[in-house]
Amino acid sequence: MNATQYLVRAENLGKRVPSPEGELIILDGINFAVAAGESVAIVGASGSGKSTLLGLLAGLDTPSSGRVWLAGTDLNSLDEDGRAQLRAQRVGFVFQSFQLLPGLTALENVMLPLELADHADPEGAARAVLQQIGLGSRLRHYPAQLSGGEQQRVAIARAFASGPELLFADEPTGNLDRRTGQRIIDLLFSLNRQQGATLVLVTHDTELARYCDRSLELDGGRLQAAEPVSAAAPVELGLSVSV
Amino acid sequence: MSNTSLLLLAFRALRRDWRSGELRVLAAALVIAVASVAAVGFFTDRIQVAMERKSSELLGADLVIASPEPVQESFLQEARRGDLQAAATLSFRSVVLAGEDSALAEVKAVGPGYPLRGQLQVGDQPFAPAQFTQAIPKPGDVWLDERLLQVLKLAVGGRLELGTGSFVVEKVLAYEPDRGGDLFSIAPRLLMNLADVPATELVQPGSRVEYRLLLAGDAKRLENYRSWVQSRLNPVERLQGVRDARPELRAALERAQRFLGLAALVSVILAGVGIAIAARRFALRHWDSVAIMRCVGATQATVLRLFLLELLGLALLAGVSGVLLGYGAQEGLTRILADLAPVGELPSPSWRPLAPALLTGFITLLGFGLPPLLRLRNVPPLRVLRRDLGPSEQRAILLYGPAVAAVALLLLWQAGDTRLALYVFGGVVGTLLALGVAALGLVKSLTVLRGRVGVAWRFGLANISRRGTGSMVQVVALGLGIMVLLVLTLVRNDLLAGWQATLPANAPNHFLINIQPTEVGGVQQFLHDRGLAETRLFPMVRGRLMAIDGRPVNPENYANSRAQRLVEREFNLSWADDLQEDNRVVAGRWWQPGDHGKALVSVEQGLARELGINLHDTVQFRIAGQLIDAEVASLRTVEWDSFRVNFFVIFPPDVLNSYPATWITSFHLDKARKGLLTELVRSYPSVTVVDVDALMGKVREIMDRVVLAVEYVFLFTLLAGLVVLYAAIQATQDERLFESAILRTLGARKGVILQSLLAEFATLGLLAGLLAALGATVLGYVLAERVFGFHYSPDVLLWLLGGGAGLLGVGAAGLLGARSVLKQPPMQSLREGV
Repeated sequence: MNATQYLVRAENLGKRVPSPEGELIILDGINFAVAAGESVAIVGASGSGKSTLLGLLAGLDTPSSGRVWLAGTDLNSLDEDGRAQLRAQRVGFVFQSFQLLPGLTALENVMLPLELADHADPEGAARAVLQQIGLGSRLRHYPAQLSGGEQQRVAIARAFASGPELLFADEPTGNLDRRTGQRIIDLLFSLNRQQGATLVLVTHDTELARYCDRSLELDGGRLQAAEPVSAAAPVELGLSVSV
Repeated sequence: MSNTSLLLLAFRALRRDWRSGELRVLAAALVIAVASVAAVGFFTDRIQVAMERKSSELLGADLVIASPEPVQESFLQEARRGDLQAAATLSFRSVVLAGEDSALAEVKAVGPGYPLRGQLQVGDQPFAPAQFTQAIPKPGDVWLDERLLQVLKLAVGGRLELGTGSFVVEKVLAYEPDRGGDLFSIAPRLLMNLADVPATELVQPGSRVEYRLLLAGDAKRLENYRSWVQSRLNPVERLQGVRDARPELRAALERAQRFLGLAALVSVILAGVGIAIAARRFALRHWDSVAIMRCVGATQATVLRLFLLELLGLALLAGVSGVLLGYGAQEGLTRILADLAPVGELPSPSWRPLAPALLTGFITLLGFGLPPLLRLRNVPPLRVLRRDLGPSEQRAILLYGPAVAAVALLLLWQAGDTRLALYVFGGVVGTLLALGVAALGLVKSLTVLRGRVGVAWRFGLANISRRGTGSMVQVVALGLGIMVLLVLTLVRNDLLAGWQATLPANAPNHFLINIQPTEVGGVQQFLHDRGLAETRLFPMVRGRLMAIDGRPVNPENYANSRAQRLVEREFNLSWADDLQEDNRVVAGRWWQPGDHGKALVSVEQGLARELGINLHDTVQFRIAGQLIDAEVASLRTVEWDSFRVNFFVIFPPDVLNSYPATWITSFHLDKARKGLLTELVRSYPSVTVVDVDALMGKVREIMDRVVLAVEYVFLFTLLAGLVVLYAAIQATQDERLFESAILRTLGARKGVILQSLLAEFATLGLLAGLLAALGATVLGYVLAERVFGFHYSPDVLLWLLGGGAGLLGVGAAGLLGARSVLKQPPMQSLREGV
């Protein structure tokens, strides 16, 4: 398959960092590809290099070796600003600790990526998404005035507001209790399905990984044999969400 | 834990924290605080040391008897009998002529033996190396200082006219130990031989002159002489010993020390704010290590002692650096101010200011830096398991109390006077509160703008609002620095221009004094013939105020120094039959023709209030050795800044006629007609012309120098303001790193992030600049309307310059300080931020 037919492709990807005991290998010889519309979970224990891999795939960090193609573009060929622009146009993020900007209101946080991508009506679009996920009454609230679940919903709204082709999620339920976490998962996959986006999800939770089309397992910085696509797709998908 | 190992631990901690950059802002703030105090301390110390070493020299003798009348002959005879050295001098002001050029000079005529202490220095050419000399000018010769030579366009060997005499310039006078006159001497010097004075015909009865008898010799004999002469002094004769040499210089130095010291304190207070911010961050970043120390068994006392020791080590290092910086900086102050104080070459400073400067550093550090460190002691050991646990909140008194106490202590120390310290403290607190409230208002008002700007600007403005208190502190600190500079430059010029504009265009700019009674008709005719017909001549008789309503007048009876000065010197008394047009009687009544010859006086209201003179009191004056009593018939107001001749005390006609009088007048003369003055002085040599334009020019020059010196000291204030900005940037650096990472993750280019930083700092700077302009305008208004009494029109330039300086200066400085957030890859910041 040609690189351009995949939305994400990693080729011989490696990351090493210097340490007092010599060079530390975090990722080594990673090869895989994600097709458009596919949802892929990257699973592994703590310290297996999951988050580092996600950072490299999103162009948030540069690899020590190998390359990443994102939407047909070799990230190595772009500079920092070029990578930022690519993210602004095509990529959304959901993080474990929400990563909302504390100085901006819920509405302003959601508007941020829209404005960065030169959207025609950032405020209208942001309002619409927030309304859709049931936070219409929380537009002017600052992150500190919202509960953990609400904050993560704002983060999800921010990720989907610009209609990205590709969504990266890093342990999106890691900081939430089980019940709230479940609702967030439902919301994430429901929106993903609605928008037909490609999802790359990093988690140590194999339960959560089962929601994805397939899982990749990281161990000691190397990718283990890929699991086949799960047959047990979640049944709740497609539910309208009220968290 | 033993003291030694604690000391070692503190030393290692200091070294480690220094390397990691944790302490740099703290140190910078401390260095600035100490340097500003040290610079002022070293400078004033140099002048003080010079004065102490040269106090005999400053007098030119060990003991001096000074008098506006010839010193009693018996005093000289007694000095000779007591085997004391003696020399006489006579000083007065007069116009000197050389060809077409003329200049007002301070003439000093000296007799053999002068000076008894110290030595004259002379040169053969202006600005050539000077040599010591034991001689005085020979009869027929004069020595001129460089300034007078320049003004008269004369060279050594040239001729000049002084009164009716003609003299040859023999040498350039480079230094005289007892340079007289005021601290800021207005006119240049001419030194001549005492024997030549009669030939000039300049010294007439009633002329303003000072006779001095200089005495020197063995201390015991001098003491005997002093007690002998003390009881024999007449009321106009004054005795000056080494201890009271140049009291006006001492007073001026004391004032300068106090004022510059208080100016330096403004920097210290701002630096304190910087220290508070930096210390807070320092403490915050040590919560984890303290929790671990506590966990492995360190007691609260050990933790506290450890950090105190580290802080004291830092105070010592920064203090020494500050003192060195201050030592270098005083050189600048000396260049600006030193030659205004006539004490010759200044010695190197002593190390006396070292301790006060270091102590200031310690007090500031403890006052502002201690509260967050005290909190460290309360970090719970459980924090090693639960990172969300921190020390309990501090009570407000503990948080701000030490800082307020430190400021109060420093003010009291620097002002040396409780009342002044209280005023300044009130002023500082009031100003800071007012600025703080205004700054908070400005910061809050930014919210309105947020919805209307692009993403980068919104983010920048949001940052300012979110860090509300921090933003307010920064705006106030920077605003204060900019405000001080605005006041010293623009507002000062505006005030001066405003005041000058209130003067009528044809306000008199020349005074003629020392006009002899026989010359009155001639001078009047001379002026009349040249179109100055309106000019009125006033008689002037010198007299000393002896008693008010039978109570003897003594300088010691007055607390106010202005009142003391007024009664110490002789008054210029005059007589007139009608009231001058700019005078107004506010109590009693002006005399009728029938009152002429009666012993009445009209007193200026301000003087009356100052000295406690009431309507109908009897005042006694001593005029030419005779006492005269008069009743206060009226009190008047006078417009002093009209520059017309005016008098504190006026008699009716026919009372003072028999006393020696000179006449005085003032008139306006255009620049183009100044040649007329040379003509006048040639015809009437003993008349002294005082050119107010030249005088004002000199006063302005001195003012400029003093202001420059104050500006110089306030540069430290601006530096301290920048340290506050930098401390604030550093304190928020972690947040900024994290936020910039998020922005970049969401697809923001570097340009957008730079723009948001610029938006934040340029806005902060603009707010500080606007606040500064507001403060400067209010101050200018108050000074103009309340103090100087004219209408102040606010200057648009003030707002443009204040706003512009803040916008550009703070924008650039902030960008420079915060730009490192762009260097770190977003992934790293996100991991650390979690």
